[in-house]
Amino acid sequence: MSKINDFVVKFANVNGSGSASANAMFAKSIFRMGIPVTPKNIFPSNIQGLPTWFEVRISKHGYAARREGIDCFITLNPQTYQTDVKEILPGGYLVYDNTMPRNFSRKDINYIGIPMASICAENYDDPRQRQLFKNIVCLGALAALLKIDIKIIESLIKEDFEKKPKLIPPNIKALYLGRDFALENLDCDLNVGLKKIRTTKKKILIQGNEAAGLGCVYGGATVVGWYPITPSTSLVEAFQKYVNLFRVKDNGEVSAGIIQAEDELAAVGMAIGANWNGARAFTATSGPGISLMSEFLGLAYFAEIPLVLFNIQRGGPSTGMPTRTQQSDILSCAYASHGDTKHILLFPSDPKECFEMAAQSFDLAEILQTPIIVMSDLDIGMNDWVIDPLQWNDKTSYERGKVLKKQDLDELMNWGRYLDVDGDGIPYRTLPGTHETKGSYFTRGTSHDAFAGYTEDGRINADNMMRITKKFKKSVKYLPKSVRRKAKKDTNIGLIYFGSTSVAIDEANDILESQGHATDLLRIRSFPFGRGISSFIDDHDHIIVMEQNRDAQMRSLLINELNKDSSKIHSILNFDGSPVTANFIVKAFLNLLKKNQVVFKSLKKKQSAA
Amino acid sequence: MSFIKKPSVHHPKLPTNALGLNRRDYEGALSTLCAGCGHDSVSSAIIEACYNLSIPAHKLAKLSGIGCSSKTPTYFLNKSHGFNSVHGRMPSVATGANLANRDLVYLGVSGDGDTASIGLGQFCHIIRRRLNMLYVVDNNGTYGLTKGQFSATNDKNSKSKKGEDNPFESIDLAALAIQLGAGFVARSFSGDKDQLIPLMTAALKYRGFAFIDVVSPCVTFNNHSQSTKSYEYFREHNEALGYLDVIPETEEIKVNYKEGSSAQVQMHDGSKMILHKLDKSHNLYDRGNSIKILNDHQTKGSIVTGLIYLDKEERDLHDTINSNQKPLNILTEKDLCPGSKGLDYVNASFR
Ligand SMILES: Cc1ncc(C[n+]2csc(CCOP(=O)(O)OP(=O)(O)O)c2C)c(N)n1
Ligand code: SF4
Ligand SMILES: [Mg+2]
Repeated sequence: MSKINDFVVKFANVNGSGSASANAMFAKSIFRMGIPVTPKNIFPSNIQGLPTWFEVRISKHGYAARREGIDCFITLNPQTYQTDVKEILPGGYLVYDNTMPRNFSRKDINYIGIPMASICAENYDDPRQRQLFKNIVCLGALAALLKIDIKIIESLIKEDFEKKPKLIPPNIKALYLGRDFALENLDCDLNVGLKKIRTTKKKILIQGNEAAGLGCVYGGATVVGWYPITPSTSLVEAFQKYVNLFRVKDNGEVSAGIIQAEDELAAVGMAIGANWNGARAFTATSGPGISLMSEFLGLAYFAEIPLVLFNIQRGGPSTGMPTRTQQSDILSCAYASHGDTKHILLFPSDPKECFEMAAQSFDLAEILQTPIIVMSDLDIGMNDWVIDPLQWNDKTSYERGKVLKKQDLDELMNWGRYLDVDGDGIPYRTLPGTHETKGSYFTRGTSHDAFAGYTEDGRINADNMMRITKKFKKSVKYLPKSVRRKAKKDTNIGLIYFGSTSVAIDEANDILESQGHATDLLRIRSFPFGRGISSFIDDHDHIIVMEQNRDAQMRSLLINELNKDSSKIHSILNFDGSPVTANFIVKAFLNLLKKNQVVFKSLKKKQSAA
Repeated sequence: MSFIKKPSVHHPKLPTNALGLNRRDYEGALSTLCAGCGHDSVSSAIIEACYNLSIPAHKLAKLSGIGCSSKTPTYFLNKSHGFNSVHGRMPSVATGANLANRDLVYLGVSGDGDTASIGLGQFCHIIRRRLNMLYVVDNNGTYGLTKGQFSATNDKNSKSKKGEDNPFESIDLAALAIQLGAGFVARSFSGDKDQLIPLMTAALKYRGFAFIDVVSPCVTFNNHSQSTKSYEYFREHNEALGYLDVIPETEEIKVNYKEGSSAQVQMHDGSKMILHKLDKSHNLYDRGNSIKILNDHQTKGSIVTGLIYLDKEERDLHDTINSNQKPLNILTEKDLCPGSKGLDYVNASFR
């Protein structure tokens, strides 16, 4: 069976060995051949010496989830060899460096030896180069074995080393050394291979954090306080990069202030201070940072200060799996901070939505005067995704919300910072420096009346809390709506999912459909939940919530916030830190049907009635 | 007492400043602190300094953390926006606010608990960044609002009201500020108006990080005979380095000062600061020397007051990061958004 444009390649490397750029070129060259590609970096929380993997799914159908079973494994790390070899599908290929002899146990796979170390030893003197160019020699050989257009790789090398042109010729030399070795010594007729198509011609290959950082530039963010933490750091780095590109005046002045804070407490404090003073400001972090920021989140919630916070989720609890992905901060973000607090959450499902939601979140924060938490994750944030090009409507103007200007204050008699004038729960705010005599007030985290005065009158405080609840409920109309997809046949099963799980759901649904199972789908894009989500649950006898955490946090949030019967809401949970696969979902779905007699019976009943 | 509304009667005979405002225009709500609390005197000095400088109150933002001291911004400048943040975290909020609008004056008021314990990290880092602000600590050596626990600025030989010994070394915030790069560092006493008001005035004009550690006795929990932050102890152990006058650029120098015991410093906006030094040996432009003076006096059991350290080169965080001269908070989509053209370029780079 030939698997043209439909297979999985995996690289086993040692981190710090220079494999990352060769790996990236491998994926990008396939992308430039027009073929949908999904690379996943699987890396340790370490700088040098530990195993890393790079898994690349190639799918002419455009399936962008991970897929189990490796067709071609390039094993360059002896440490992990024993476990790596088990992942190869029968009939698959194992590519290795045969400079040193090796023993192989499996009889059902093919072995392809390339003497990468000895080729490099013969051709390069510098030991560092010998090490680095092994990766390029390997890439060259793969070009011959998998039929990658080598000209594309050549141009990628030229782009990569544009600033260090001296390195271009030795890299290209290594590339051809590898290719020539393969052509001359190996049978390059494999059952996996690539063929140019046009599917990704108009697309881009980009990481979610890159897109989100860019979205912040487009959304008009000017102030950032941040503290380094994987996997959120690259978002701020992207913001910095695009500020350098777009926001530096001819005289060198920069239209942004980016401060690496002393910790996450300070990072979010800076973002709050700047928003309070009328600048659009954000911070980005991951689980441990969310825990530290909680006190300040409560202040921003209660004092009603706009704030944008990106949570690029990683494996928890505690320091957890810092370089693996999860969706396990749903509850800790929805209810972050002590006392009665609730926060608006956005759930981007790919880099395109990271860009769009990042830009939109600044409008939302200012309209609603409250924190907006964008719930991305490591999988979206730090892996390359094939998406449609990013778009921007030049007519877009920023919605700055209810901020009173000097003239407004001149005309106003009885302004109160927390007065609900419009009945939507959203009060009017003022910025420092606006008016000589009017509009000043004291922002506080202590209980306050409608005029921002301190009060210990419990009724007044309760009224204020209820107004904030009203604002929160009404916020739904500004938030991204959920996306609903009806099955081709009528069904009483509804599947709910969100974020990075979406691509695996798309594929799983195709598989299930081909097996005769019909499921309606709903993708959540924001919290608080809109009416569409509530009616979707009501419209189905059985709901399955797919999420990447242990405790079914989204399920709990749905049941709690929408007051739904929990017995009909089931879970599919994946929390091993790897992005979920379609196969996993299909298996779990079928298990649910089998195990849960209730589901099965009523399903039959409905179907026979139909 | 907060329920008593202060009468806002206009007194036509009150003197006015360059803006035509009188002192009343710089006041705030009636204080609810204990009668005799040092913090109220600090608030009065702030009012006086802002009045003297004719600062438009709405162009000043007052920020604080949590504590009796951090409540005080309610009691002055009610035409200014105020931000009572969370315990120990005023510096970060001030940093964000200042980044958003470089054109306002930023005044932070904190306590010794707020600054030297829970907020010590943020205090250190705001100094390193040289945020353009005046940071005042109402230092009473105790946690007033939580009823009298020792704070980290409490001296080792000082006792609590109940007679317990403080077993731990104290943190000298002024020495720390000098070491970490603050440009203007002073110490004073809430009861010494003559020294405190000119210090506040000069500090408010300073561009960069200005810090004043004001010993401000807590009459309720730390004003007994065995406390080193009591009115009595302070009056007996104060050694003033000097007094100063601040003369706005527009006024000619009229103040009498003796050559040899005084020095004149020109500030970035052209105004002049005249230091009447009592102790001629003090070279206040030398970090090492300034820290030594603080240490020497502490060992002797005396408290130095006055302007302790001054960096004549005024610079702040905005200079360091070279941010837009216009406040960031007034920039619009035109200034900030690269539009679809920019996006074409970015998209192409991800092909
Ligand atoms: C996170 C947090 N922990 C503890 C407190 C309780 N608390 C309120 S004020 C205070 C100490 C204030 O001391 P200081 O800053 O010296 O101010 P003072 O009252 O002495 O002027 C403490 C511990 C709090 N508000 N927040
Ligand atoms: S408890 Fe102490 S610090 Fe607080 S108001 Fe009273 S005297 Fe002042
Ligand atoms: Mg205190």
